[in-house]
Amino acid sequence: MTNDTISKKKFMEELRRYEKGSVTRRHFLHVTGLGAATAVMGAAVPGLRPRPAFAQDIGDRAILATWPNYHDQANFDAFTDKTGAAVQVNVFGSNEEMLAKLQAGGSGWDVYVPTNYTITTYVEEDLIEPLDLSKLPNYDPAAFDARFSDAGIVDGVVYAVPKNWGTTGMAINTSHNGGKAFDSWKQFFDRTMDDYSGRTMVHDYQLTTIGAALNYHGYSFNSVDEAELADAEKLLIDVKPHLFAITSDYQPAMRSGDAWLTICWTGDGKQLNTDIPEIAFALGKEGGELWSDYYAIPKGAPHKEAAYALINFMLDPDVNAREVLAHGYPVADSRTNALLPEEILNDPILYPAAEKLDALEFGAAATLTDPNRAELLARFKSA
Amino acid sequence: MTQRARNWLLIAPSGALLLVMLVLPLSFVFVFSFGERGPSGGYVPAFTLEQYANLPARWTAFKNTLILAPLGTLAALLIAYPLAYQLAVRTDPKWKTLLLVLVIVPFWTSILIRSYAWIYILGGQGIPALLGSIGIENVRLIYTPFAVTIGIIYGYLPLMVFPIYVALDRLDMRLLEASGDLGARPMTTFLRVTLPLSVPGVATGCMLVFILLMGEFLIPALLGGGKVFFVGNALVDLFLQSRNWAYGSAVAFTLIVIMLITVTIYMRLIARLQTGREDVAVM
Repeated sequence: MTNDTISKKKFMEELRRYEKGSVTRRHFLHVTGLGAATAVMGAAVPGLRPRPAFAQDIGDRAILATWPNYHDQANFDAFTDKTGAAVQVNVFGSNEEMLAKLQAGGSGWDVYVPTNYTITTYVEEDLIEPLDLSKLPNYDPAAFDARFSDAGIVDGVVYAVPKNWGTTGMAINTSHNGGKAFDSWKQFFDRTMDDYSGRTMVHDYQLTTIGAALNYHGYSFNSVDEAELADAEKLLIDVKPHLFAITSDYQPAMRSGDAWLTICWTGDGKQLNTDIPEIAFALGKEGGELWSDYYAIPKGAPHKEAAYALINFMLDPDVNAREVLAHGYPVADSRTNALLPEEILNDPILYPAAEKLDALEFGAAATLTDPNRAELLARFKSA
Repeated sequence: MTQRARNWLLIAPSGALLLVMLVLPLSFVFVFSFGERGPSGGYVPAFTLEQYANLPARWTAFKNTLILAPLGTLAALLIAYPLAYQLAVRTDPKWKTLLLVLVIVPFWTSILIRSYAWIYILGGQGIPALLGSIGIENVRLIYTPFAVTIGIIYGYLPLMVFPIYVALDRLDMRLLEASGDLGARPMTTFLRVTLPLSVPGVATGCMLVFILLMGEFLIPALLGGGKVFFVGNALVDLFLQSRNWAYGSAVAFTLIVIMLITVTIYMRLIARLQTGREDVAVM
């Protein structure tokens, strides 16, 4: 461009010429650089962007409610290039929070990512849309491992299609433990009250935080037994003064070195381990969570066509494989796995040995609605 | 139209707004507080005092709020007063506007983003690392009550500076000269002339900051790491995590009552301070 800068005097002269009508608007915008500025600003606002013609008009946006560190932005950009719809991402810390937003109404989401154990509650509460599979040609039920896809089907109706699965374990900065990882929730909590004091984080999430405390005592991760929950609560209250933070967005503090130990999901463990090899991911030998997440459409989604288009796009095995490479969560889709490199498929963080998986449990629907578990976490946080 | 009818007509818009935006929602909160939590969360109608009986379970949140809100207000006042005094009384008028704008500048950025900045300043790579380089090791700042207090003072300082500045800016300099001429030392002049005349500004600033602090939740959430808990945070949890609207309403209503009581006492105290002083009008 020849008109990168323009003096104030020159600008005013051009403005006068334009006002008098001696130059065209186009000339004025060009010589002053205002045209370029408008184009740049316009591009930053999706609604103002000139829209090329797309095969199918699905609107200008899809609003996605999902979890932290769970997508590859490049795939969203590719979706926008292909369909003209921009993906707006809302990040959540717990399924409870998602449910609360939907129960309150007017969430404005088009797609959300519920975890296996919550879907029956969404169906009972009439907050989830049955899926029209004709709009999801990339969904091939036969390609999915049933363990990680059957929670999406309630009473024979498909309400949700599988996104990823994974485990809930712990991430530990081993440089403070002679290079060794922990292998149990017993160690997790005992060491937190000892030499890891002030360095540990637990999730701001009833299922995993209470679950880990239950595992410590040898109880089921899913227990709603009042006596067992009381033991878990006592442990959590004892541990609280030793905690660094209660948060589900634990990567920043692990990366900065402020925290050394955290309850951790597979993909976060993989991401941390890839960037900082001394941070290891481990499962507790007493147990823990095995989970699968799903794409679903909430009742009353404002951009339903965009929602279907986005889910279908994400289920494309090529796209899905790129997602896995970015976030490090395994998929249950054999078509996607066929595209993944060998070292990912053999990664012990993504695919733990079968005997380690055997100790884990899927979350139970009762934990989501159980008033005691909900109140326990709220009490623990406000203690 | 009679004067009376005109008055009613003029009041109608703000009256309707108050009714729809304040009285009605508050009535809902009051009614909900006697209800029960639905089977999967939310609210079912009932008449029970169970929610109020459960209040002690949030004692720490109330305690944190009732300690840190007045503390934050006091700290903001102690920092804001000299600043406002300097700006209003000591600063050359030609610099005043510029310096005032500098006080406002932080408001151009969202408090969320500014509090996020504090996460890094107070985090291990920030001030503690700096202290570590001069030999003071293992300082923990982030996710402590101290971090929350810093965030509160930082966030609310401008709200305290402005009312005090306005009060001091109107100060008649001749009063100070008269005081000096009559033999008062500068300190006496400050304590007996300047300070009393700035009471309205101080009172407004404290009230503004205190009331907002009682409902604060963002700063403790970000800088307290989920460990330094205000009533505001307990409310967010009750509505957004455990979905216990009945209990949440009881906690919210209790907070409102506590606020009403403290503010009433506060107003009485200020009013008493004012009696016998015709020259000082408070609020």
